[in-house]
Amino acid sequence: MAAHQKQDFIQPASFAFDADSMVQVDKHIAKYPAGRQASAVLPLLDLAQRQMGRITGSAWVSIAAMDEIGRILDMPPIRVYEVATFYLMFNMAPVGKFHLQLCTTTPCWLRGSDDIVQACRDVTGIKGWKENSADGLFTMTEVECVGACVNAPILQVNDDFYEDMDSERTKALLESLKRGVVPKFGSMTGRQTSAPDGGPTTLLFEKAE
Amino acid sequence: MVKVTVDGIDVEIPAGSNVLQACEAAGKEIPRFCYHERLSVAGNCRMCLVEIEKAPPKPFASCAYPVADGMVVHTDSPMVRKARRGVMEFLLINHPLDCPICDQGGECDLQDQAVGYGDDHSRYLEPKRAVTDKNLGPLVKTVMTRCIQCTRCIRFSTEIAGVSELGATARGETMEIGTYVEKALSSELSGNLIDICPVGALTSKPYAFVARPWELKKTDSVDVLDAVGANIRVDSRGPDVLRVLPRLNEDVNEEWLADKSRFAVDGLKRRRLDSCWVRRDGKLARASWQEGFDAIAAKMAGMAGDRMGAIAGDLADAESMLALKDLFAALGSTNLDCRQDGAALDASRRDFYSFNTSIAGIEEADAILLIGTNPRREAPLLNARIRKAIVANRTKVAAIGVPADLTYKVEWLGDTPALLADNSFIATLKAAKRPMLIIGQGALRRADGAAILAAAWKLAAETGMLTADWHGFNVLHTAASRIGALDLGFATGKTLDKMLGGGVDLLWLLGADEFDTTKIGASTFVVYQGHHGDAGAARADVILPGAAYTEKDGTYVNTEGRVQRGQLAVFPPGEAREDWKIIRAFSGIIGKTLPYDTIDALRTRLEQVNPVFARVDILPRFGCTDPAGPAAGGVVGTAPFTPAVANYYMTDSISRASPTMAECTAAAAAPVQMAAE
Repeated sequence: MAAHQKQDFIQPASFAFDADSMVQVDKHIAKYPAGRQASAVLPLLDLAQRQMGRITGSAWVSIAAMDEIGRILDMPPIRVYEVATFYLMFNMAPVGKFHLQLCTTTPCWLRGSDDIVQACRDVTGIKGWKENSADGLFTMTEVECVGACVNAPILQVNDDFYEDMDSERTKALLESLKRGVVPKFGSMTGRQTSAPDGGPTTLLFEKAE
Repeated sequence: MVKVTVDGIDVEIPAGSNVLQACEAAGKEIPRFCYHERLSVAGNCRMCLVEIEKAPPKPFASCAYPVADGMVVHTDSPMVRKARRGVMEFLLINHPLDCPICDQGGECDLQDQAVGYGDDHSRYLEPKRAVTDKNLGPLVKTVMTRCIQCTRCIRFSTEIAGVSELGATARGETMEIGTYVEKALSSELSGNLIDICPVGALTSKPYAFVARPWELKKTDSVDVLDAVGANIRVDSRGPDVLRVLPRLNEDVNEEWLADKSRFAVDGLKRRRLDSCWVRRDGKLARASWQEGFDAIAAKMAGMAGDRMGAIAGDLADAESMLALKDLFAALGSTNLDCRQDGAALDASRRDFYSFNTSIAGIEEADAILLIGTNPRREAPLLNARIRKAIVANRTKVAAIGVPADLTYKVEWLGDTPALLADNSFIATLKAAKRPMLIIGQGALRRADGAAILAAAWKLAAETGMLTADWHGFNVLHTAASRIGALDLGFATGKTLDKMLGGGVDLLWLLGADEFDTTKIGASTFVVYQGHHGDAGAARADVILPGAAYTEKDGTYVNTEGRVQRGQLAVFPPGEAREDWKIIRAFSGIIGKTLPYDTIDALRTRLEQVNPVFARVDILPRFGCTDPAGPAAGGVVGTAPFTPAVANYYMTDSISRASPTMAECTAAAAAPVQMAAE
């Protein structure tokens, strides 16, 4: 485990894919030619993380899960560890129920991501990156560009993008999540997908008809 | 073949070679860290940059760029120099400048190449990266902050050792080399990681902070801790052997060395016999050489030759065995045995007891049957050759014996000797062009060993292993002395069992510790000549202190039948002497003086006894000219095969005395597996 990561948690002794996941596991392995089943390592890691999230409320990949994937795909465990630790989307330690992934790359930063970060810190009480809140609900992770710069700044919660954020909207979102209500994702200003702020500026004739 | 011009020198090299090889063919030195000729190409250190004409105007990593006909390469242009200086500056950004406290200092690729190709100063003022050290077990010490991430260790453990335990986890600046979950390396070849690491990230744990390379006296020698006969370099300072490193020999060990051979040398300083001991009133007491010799001579006086016997140990050199044989011949005794484990070796023909295919020949085989052997434990370097053949030629391997992880795919047929006559692999062997079998001591040291040997030969004959240009019948030995002893005829008269059961009144043990000494008859007078206070010395009535393999000039014959010579690196401790000299001196005491006063004269006598000793280092390959097999002697039993080597790390008196080997034994018995570091 990387030296910079905290290890104040317990690794589960075992892991097994449940029936729901197993259906997917077989499907992914079947995509690759015989003898090349190791190619399925990424989808299986994702399945393991989602299953952990589904069952325990904390979506992460334990060493036992990686060993199990190595066994299923007939690859040495270290090869699974290498892949899993390379991709930052796999959590190697327990995370909160709501994984706050804050984009701080240039476009989001120019549009005020610092405010979003501060708002998250204020509401959740989390001090640093990769830390969990005391109530176990939130984890804050700094991520590189998530590819939605048009709607910057972005706050990704688990799989969903909350776009056009500002400090107030962030606080409202987090308070809502605390109550267990997950608001609809997408642009917080109400604009249609990535259309210009304030409504369409081109192709207006279609509306005129 | 393609023509390449390197710095104005025309060279022809095979198509498919890389530019680095072309530069080497032209005699140009190319600096490198990640590239290693026996490993796959990684191309990540960028140190081997060269300039290629009529290619895009940029430096090329020569290790990962294939040659083309008419290519013009520059290895010393201003662009190349500047590029290498830049690469070196980047490598040194995160490399600590701790050479004064680094064990690699003086033999460090990074140090040498920084001087040769780097800048004269650093422009880097920012903080450096630090990496947690990993615990890789008792042999390999890690200082991971020094790692430049060349990944040689990962590729070695995966490709050569066949044990995928090391990897690169995380990414970018947080990337680390390690096992991720803490555990000791389970490979018997892990010491080679120390050699291939170009920096001081992986160093020898037992040798940590012991010496600098320029302080050491280097002596070329031969390893005796297994029967492979790996070529070694013994590094010593004053009276101490400090470490053992492999020496290049493509036919035997390539450039690798097994862990026991490398790390058991600290056993050479412990439990040593450094003076004569004579048993008086049931207790061993220190004595002078004269007293020791007198005690033996007094016992021998008037004893019939037939009531004396000698047993040669696993580490004995050919010279001392021949001297002992000649002494016993002068005394009128032919009771000699070297088969301490009771293996039913047939000494009547050399190819009945040798590894005839040769170690390098394994690479030509396309089907291999292992019989009662675990080569990973009995001869790790030979096992690496089998693995190499499998990777290169998809050689098929099946085995009769106790299933174990041999680091490659093996079809386990079962563990009973009956399978020799009929098994599912025979069809594969018959279809193969170069089939071979390897029979281990686990199959031969049984009561029905002779029958099994004959059955294996029969199988070899039936499956086309014995042809005029290919000999696929191989006996894998575990003792460095065994073939030399058989070549010298050190297996005549009463066998070991008969000698133990009261068949002799005087038993001379030449370093023999590997049999059950409690079976020696109570009235038998035991002379132990050897270097370690082990099982044999404990039972002895007279102890004659001999020399270990690093302390004498000796000839050894490896399992292939290759005659090799070790050299004296340090002198034996205390009163101990070279073994042949002890026997020669004793022969004078009893008035049966042996006719050689120098080691050269003794070696001339060796050649007279068996001409194979005239052919040092070279091993001609023979096909099988006579398909008649060894005598059967009984029927094949039904008991399953058992492994010959239970604990790889402790197989002889030297490794049993080694604290490092004791640690390895403990680590192997109880592997530490924590959740995360």
